[in-house]
Amino acid sequence: MTSSARAGAHVSALAAALIAAALPAAATAQTSTADGIAQYRALLADGNPAELWEARGEALWQQRRGPKNAALDACDLGRGPGVVKGAFVALPRWFADTQRVQDLESRLLTCLQTLQGFDAAAIAATPFGKGEQLDLEALVAYVASESRGLKFELPQAHPAERQMFEVGKRVFFFRGGPYDFACASCHSEAGKRIRLQDLPNLTTNPGDGVGFAAWPAYRVSSGELWGMQRRLNDCYRQQRFPYPGYGSDATIALGVYMGVQARGAASIAPSIKR
Amino acid sequence: MKHRTLAALAATAALLAACSSAPTPQDLDRLAEGAIKSSFRAQGPAGLERLRQDELQRACSAETAPPDAVLARLEAAQLATVQWPADGAWLGDWREGEKLAQNGRGMTWSDPAGVPAGGNCYNCHQIAKAEISYGTIGPSLYQYGRLRGVTDPTDPAAAAVVKYTWGKLWNAKAYNACSGMPRFGHAGVLSPGQLRDLMALLLDPKSPVNAP
Repeated sequence: MTSSARAGAHVSALAAALIAAALPAAATAQTSTADGIAQYRALLADGNPAELWEARGEALWQQRRGPKNAALDACDLGRGPGVVKGAFVALPRWFADTQRVQDLESRLLTCLQTLQGFDAAAIAATPFGKGEQLDLEALVAYVASESRGLKFELPQAHPAERQMFEVGKRVFFFRGGPYDFACASCHSEAGKRIRLQDLPNLTTNPGDGVGFAAWPAYRVSSGELWGMQRRLNDCYRQQRFPYPGYGSDATIALGVYMGVQARGAASIAPSIKR
Repeated sequence: MKHRTLAALAATAALLAACSSAPTPQDLDRLAEGAIKSSFRAQGPAGLERLRQDELQRACSAETAPPDAVLARLEAAQLATVQWPADGAWLGDWREGEKLAQNGRGMTWSDPAGVPAGGNCYNCHQIAKAEISYGTIGPSLYQYGRLRGVTDPTDPAAAAVVKYTWGKLWNAKAYNACSGMPRFGHAGVLSPGQLRDLMALLLDPKSPVNAP
């Protein structure tokens, strides 16, 4: 499908969903709306624009870039230098060279700095959707796509990995801010919604392609590719928390908590979301 | 031989060290606290003071709720914080209440400071029948007043329900310590005037919430 045809399909799918939402009588409106949205999602999934980010990420992986004019093909994402296949479903994990547990985004920053000579701290401080963050989104999409269909199997052999799981669990249940919200406020029961948005229960394994196994994702509402760092960032925004640092310990610990819970779930990332 | 014994001893010592150095739950609590402290920065109206937990937030930050006795003590302390309307005016305008219930904005780092926050009610509750986009984290509030027999909110017979509803909106934790609902009055999210409008949405017999 060409990108314009794909965009046309999205528009008509959106129209179908809107019509489905607008037409039914009040008594059946709830079911019909849910059906309309399900249909809309099914149509969207037929042509996920995340493919564009995946392709660009793959090209970026091989491209010689940065102050050191080097490619990323020696980047070790945990399965050995240059191995992309299967790396995503085993992240976050412990890395001996940095002496840290790292998620996909923070590990890519390490490679961007050590191999290509970019300033990792400067990229981490760059707002989402701007500058080098755009390239990072593409790389995230590419690496995740190379694990599509594989099952999550985060390592927990290293003490630091087990420790991060326990820290992540505590961060998940940490209530704060003017609304007393924690991650758990919305994500500790199955079958719940905010407005019409389904919420995965992340205190257990929510299953194939749900929750941790669905991100990164293409966001229809913003037309952007969101990695887990951006997903968590927007959760914290809505929790009325202060701003979490990109690749900060709390966000990585949450990744370990969710990822370990998701053991055995198949990844569909990059998926497509509302 | 001696060498091998030493090596075995060293291995045992390392193993013991690993065991004894495994972090205790208290160690992990401290590590998590440190991770939270080091991971956020202030942005817009969302300052770092929002990470300083009060007693209730701390008590309700675990996978399992505290023991019943602790919950009861916390609820009593939260109930004592409720500011009741001095003038006996409990209900405002349900139309304004509906707007507040729809409004999910306010107090995020991307919201401009000084703009009054909404109530976020539909994010978690069914309320008026006409709004089909509602969340399910909280119970349905459709027919809230009717189901509780409120036909005239000024009638003394309705006083207990009216008072409870105000208290629940002001400080939901007064009735359920680890409730997921914000403490709208207590935390200064909504003003007493805004709370009156939400009261009307729930209790006014003319509100669509209570339409027969």
